[in-house]
Amino acid sequence: MTRNGIWFWSGAALFLAACLLMTQLVGNQYPFFAAYVILQFMVLAVAWSILGGYAGYVNFGTSAFFGIGVYTAVFLVKEFGAPLPVQIAVAAAIGALMGFLLGLLTLRMQGIFFSIATIALTIVIETTITNWRYVGGAAGIQLQRPPVIEPFHSYVQLLFFVQALLVVLAIAISRFIHNSWIGRGLQALRDDELAAECTGVPTLRLKLVACVISGALMCAAGAPAAMYLQYADPASAFNLNYSVSVLAMSLIGGTAHWAGPVIGAIVLGTTQQLLTVTISSEVNVLILGVMLVLFVVGAPEGIIGLVRKLRTWRGGGRA
Amino acid sequence: MTAVETPQPLLRIAALTKRLGGFTALDNVSVEIRPGERFGLIGPNGSGKTTLINCISGAFRTEPGTVLFRDEDITRLPPHTRTRRGIARSFQIPRPFRSMTVAENLMVGLDFAAHELVSESRRRDTMMSILTRMGLETKANVPATKLSQVELRKMELARAMATHPKLLISDEAMAGLSSSEVDEVLDLLMSFAREDITIIMIEHIMQAVMRFSDRVMCLDAGKIIALGTPAEVMADRRVQEAYLGT
Repeated sequence: MTRNGIWFWSGAALFLAACLLMTQLVGNQYPFFAAYVILQFMVLAVAWSILGGYAGYVNFGTSAFFGIGVYTAVFLVKEFGAPLPVQIAVAAAIGALMGFLLGLLTLRMQGIFFSIATIALTIVIETTITNWRYVGGAAGIQLQRPPVIEPFHSYVQLLFFVQALLVVLAIAISRFIHNSWIGRGLQALRDDELAAECTGVPTLRLKLVACVISGALMCAAGAPAAMYLQYADPASAFNLNYSVSVLAMSLIGGTAHWAGPVIGAIVLGTTQQLLTVTISSEVNVLILGVMLVLFVVGAPEGIIGLVRKLRTWRGGGRA
Repeated sequence: MTAVETPQPLLRIAALTKRLGGFTALDNVSVEIRPGERFGLIGPNGSGKTTLINCISGAFRTEPGTVLFRDEDITRLPPHTRTRRGIARSFQIPRPFRSMTVAENLMVGLDFAAHELVSESRRRDTMMSILTRMGLETKANVPATKLSQVELRKMELARAMATHPKLLISDEAMAGLSSSEVDEVLDLLMSFAREDITIIMIEHIMQAVMRFSDRVMCLDAGKIIALGTPAEVMADRRVQEAYLGT
């Protein structure tokens, strides 16, 4: 393992240990409730940026994948009483398949046309679920949480830790892609698709790979949300807010590095949680918009880009 | 010259027609290019030179017409497969990967098209040796966007060379360069040709075409109007008319 790899995996282990310790020491349930949402957005933002950041294909269908994750869990619980790991695994498999099909249908389109197609997908899927009585239809469905497993004191704590595991998994995958030939190929096709093809990059195949991985992770992130809320309805599971927030987090963090969406999700997710408590959940959306505009104008390459610029500026000053 | 001794063509284009909307950019073009040949492609603006290159490299689908490379029909293959089989190109207007350094630009070609170089370190060595040859070794870690015009042109050729081509297509790699820079690029192309890389060179600078080519083909309005040795083509009345408009 490289030195970078050792640092990364020690950091990941430390993070998980801290999460586990938190469940043992903190009695108040609210921090877990809030942190779960931030972790969930971390997974979504990291997953989004595999296609949206590395390959430059802006996907507005995050909510479609997230919602399918939620409803996969709902179906599995209602039909088979499936445990949480099964819900997540099956959701990931369905997300991968969905990513593959979406990719086949839409990845030949470029730029804004791809984005429009992903919005259309969201609407089609939401409409389908709304008309599916078995999973509750438009009215939604109530779910019963299973008993909590040791060493956790509540089901929300369990979900919080599971989502933390998903965060580590998502970041590890994203980091692997970023550092591998896949990442280099995606970066090349983002810069110039024809030049990439003529340099030997199988652009369609790489975009499909990105779409499949991204879709699988998004669906996996959505699966535990059913038990988190103990309720699911199409309007909130497929809420366009997921798509917009995740896009904003990735862009604000910066898409050039795997750490960008992680930072973006922490900053924006935390701000949103604080605002929800202190002012109102409606102000969230306003702040999101304002921050997005500020970053697009002031730091188009996000926080990561800003840090890099500061570093070179400082380096230049010293020299 | 090897070109005369080997009868089997490397690239065979047969009855190629390409319509762009209502405009016929290439009209029933047939030509064979021999292994090791230095082939000059000339013609006035809009005569179909770049369209022909796009059909060979796979950027355009052709119908009707076939493209055979080393006796294999590649007409339906996507560009990346053609690159892996040995067809590389540069672009008339340079298309670098802008978010990458010069070294990374080359690594894309090495990662995806040079199968025989298994280990990362061997690919890096090859990358550095190509850059050194191009006189770009000091620019390895410079972002592609920071290059000068001549450096950008060289990097395009270097990136194409990184894919280990058997056929290299240079699309106006010398446009807008000073005369000493033209010589520099021409020398590089000559040195590639000495390594048995077949080269198709599109160029407007006649002196360069004359010096470089074994054979020259002139296109006008999508049709071949002359094909032969540089001297023959230059002496052709139709070529002179096409260029001078008389």
